[in-house]
Amino acid sequence: MPKLGNQTWRFESEPRVVTTGTIAGRIESEGPLGSWFDVKLDKNGMQSHSWEHDEQSLFNQSANLALQKSGISPKQVDLLIGGDLNAQLSGFYFGLRDLPTPSLGIYSACSSSTEALALAGLALDSGMAHYVLAGTSSHNSTAERQFRSPTEYGVQRPSTAQRTVTGAGMALLGKTGSNIALTTATIGRVVDYGVTNPWEFGAAMAPAAADTLTAHLQDTGHSLEDYDCIATGDLGHIGHKILRDLLSEQGLDPGGRLTDCGILIYRPDQPEVFSGGSGAACSTLVTFAYLLHQLQSGRWRRLLVAATGALLSTVAAQQGETIPSICHAVTFERKDASA
Amino acid sequence: MSATKGLSSLTYKQLVEHHTPAQPILRNTARAFVVGGAICVLGQFVQVLFVRYAHFSVTDAGNPTVAVMVLLSVIATALGVYDRFAQWAGAGSAVPVTGFANTMAAAALEHKSEGWIVGIGGNMFKLAGPVVVYGVVSAFFVAVIHYIIIHL
Repeated sequence: MPKLGNQTWRFESEPRVVTTGTIAGRIESEGPLGSWFDVKLDKNGMQSHSWEHDEQSLFNQSANLALQKSGISPKQVDLLIGGDLNAQLSGFYFGLRDLPTPSLGIYSACSSSTEALALAGLALDSGMAHYVLAGTSSHNSTAERQFRSPTEYGVQRPSTAQRTVTGAGMALLGKTGSNIALTTATIGRVVDYGVTNPWEFGAAMAPAAADTLTAHLQDTGHSLEDYDCIATGDLGHIGHKILRDLLSEQGLDPGGRLTDCGILIYRPDQPEVFSGGSGAACSTLVTFAYLLHQLQSGRWRRLLVAATGALLSTVAAQQGETIPSICHAVTFERKDASA
Repeated sequence: MSATKGLSSLTYKQLVEHHTPAQPILRNTARAFVVGGAICVLGQFVQVLFVRYAHFSVTDAGNPTVAVMVLLSVIATALGVYDRFAQWAGAGSAVPVTGFANTMAAAALEHKSEGWIVGIGGNMFKLAGPVVVYGVVSAFFVAVIHYIIIHL
């Protein structure tokens, strides 16, 4: 049975991550993972005539990086799946419009990355595609405009705030082509614990992460010890602590294997990173550039990435709505050639 | 709401509060006091310059002083400095004229890519609008009360 339990898909054909392409903003490149990104921007300012155009260009570059590394031409790719945080997914659709490839734009805020990977796995496993490009982008300045206030507006952010990551990442997945396999995906449910403060994303998303992680373990019959690393998307330092408490209430102690992409991407002493990184590109950059390399190098065997998304809308927030959240998880495993 | 098992939203709120660092109210208040005061001292200094060197009366020096303060705030906003200064200074940077100028300049910069009319023109008052609306409304009611007190 390819479906496990209530929420988990098992990809029996074990689709592979052929190549990845990552491009990171200046602050991200100055962070602890800076050396892992393919392209590092060294300037902060606007590169074109708008921030939106800048983000589209990041998306385009990451797709081309993944394709160039693989030697696969865009025409050989059966499907593009991706999303970003802009209204109408303009980062994805506008950024990749010059590729002659069927496209599916998706949105689940910052968990779009694992949603895209889950759907890529489904398309490959079902035989609907031989090659799929999946990924996300986000840009600090476009997200500020979309969800908060103008970038230069003088407002004091609380320590619970998170910094939207600037960057983009795409992975080319195929039936063969590397020793890293995408083996399962656990599709998250919408979870709402009543958090209303748009500055408290970590608190809004931690229950969704706990819900999907426990569902994943239940569906697969795995225990936490079966994973070398479990990385949530962008809970940040505060959300990470909350998640640990939520898991321990269920008798789960992940220990040192539980980490968070929002914590990994910045050093705590970097300016205005507050509780950590967020944004659709946060989990994408950390996973594609850093976490997958730990599998490839043989350091890890099995990795679970559980990207978390706060399904905030500015209209709903102003209408006093609470912030529903979602978390989709995917498993990557190293498959050695002999196996 | 499927995952609310075992936790009422009240206890979740307590859990969140437990992990949320307390707002440094004392530090924020002190900074707001010092910075807000310093901006006003700077304004006073500019006014004195107008009186002493341009021979304005103290009342007449008010308007050009405000213009200078607005200009300084807009320049700081355009250079990308004002928001960083505000992160440090908090409410102190919201002192009326400079804070107000920052809201307008920030919105104008943000929407510049959408053009002069619907972009800059249509969005410039996005943040400043509520201040204007409720400033005018409250001024109206204060004027009515003033009229009643004087004439009755």
